[in-house]
Amino acid sequence: MARDRTILITGTRKGIGRYLVDHYRRQGFTVFGCSRGPMESPPEGYRHFQVDVADEAGVRRMLRTISADHGRLDVLVNNAGIASMNHILLTPVSTVHRILDTNVVGTVLLCREAAKLMQRRRCGRIVNFATVATPLKLEGEAIYAASKAAVVSLTEVLARELAPLGITVNAVGPTPVKTDLIRSVPAEKMEALLDRQAIRRFGEFRDISNVIDFFIRPESDFVTGQVLYLGGV
Amino acid sequence: MREQNDIIQILYAAIDELNPQLPPEQRLEKSAATVLFGEGGRLDSLGLVSFIVAAEQKLTEMADISLTLADEKAMSRRNSPFRTVATLAEYIGERLAESENG
Ligand SMILES: NC(=O)c1ccc[n+]([C@@H]2O[C@H](COP(=O)([O-])OP(=O)(O)OC[C@H]3O[C@@H](n4cnc5c(N)ncnc54)[C@H](OP(=O)(O)O)[C@@H]3O)[C@@H](O)[C@H]2O)c1
Repeated sequence: MARDRTILITGTRKGIGRYLVDHYRRQGFTVFGCSRGPMESPPEGYRHFQVDVADEAGVRRMLRTISADHGRLDVLVNNAGIASMNHILLTPVSTVHRILDTNVVGTVLLCREAAKLMQRRRCGRIVNFATVATPLKLEGEAIYAASKAAVVSLTEVLARELAPLGITVNAVGPTPVKTDLIRSVPAEKMEALLDRQAIRRFGEFRDISNVIDFFIRPESDFVTGQVLYLGGV
Repeated sequence: MREQNDIIQILYAAIDELNPQLPPEQRLEKSAATVLFGEGGRLDSLGLVSFIVAAEQKLTEMADISLTLADEKAMSRRNSPFRTVATLAEYIGERLAESENG
């Protein structure tokens, strides 16, 4: 079913993004991806771009290459994201800029450039990454939670702006998943966090791909502007 | 400086690309005088967005020019550069001259 379908996933060097590459290769997608660093042993049928999502010229070049080589883009997954645990009183402004650049500016640039390509066929799917840190109002993650609140807002407004072009925009909001992103969070903090979920366990990669699979299937063309939080948050 | 006529040809290519996607009453004629947007214009706001995207794409494909046409400068002008094919070509010419001199 996915024959010839193309997907672009950001932040594929490691973590959730790396898993998603294999997941969508298995479904038969042609997979493109990017991260600031190179990808070790990329699988067949995958093309890696070493691009920072906040770099406008780099993002435009990447989308132009995809357009020239493949002529179409069916799905964009804005997975690239960074976090930083810090009390607000101890948060340097450079950290604020870094988080906003990757999580907000990066998502905006990718949505804009991908939608330009998708609108030619009047059809496309965009999936953004939110987090439960926003609705749970996690202490110590003010900037991260705020950056993802911006992603939620973007998702809701872009859903309306891009609907006439046949593009849906939704977001998945994962609970904690064991990746480098949360490695430095103390165990007792993690336990307290899991306790606030309806279902108290860590998220798995497949919990996330299950939601993305739903958003991007052809039958979901009437589903847009939605944020789906996992774990019952 | 690129000849105005070259730019107009590129805009015609964008029109060719866009027309099949437009409802019949919005389809554009390949003429410098074609009114794109505003009073007497054929495009609605979504049509204009699609036209600008097609024009940016043709500029890249045909002339290896990478421009964001709808930037703050364009939007804050009193006379919109997106009024007709000719005004848009003129605007693109100005932007290219700027980037060559700057
Ligand atoms: N893990 C969790 O508990 C959790 C919970 C909720 C939401 N999320 C969200 O899930 C997404 C993925 O997180 P993860 O856990 O997989 O994180 P991760 O293991 O730290 O991986 C992040 C990935 O993004 C890439 N990246 C970071 N900044 C980038 C930039 N500016 N441009 C391009 N690529 C960039 C990284 O590669 P490079 O370093 O090479 O650039 C890496 O491949 C994020 O949006 C995160 O907010 C995660």
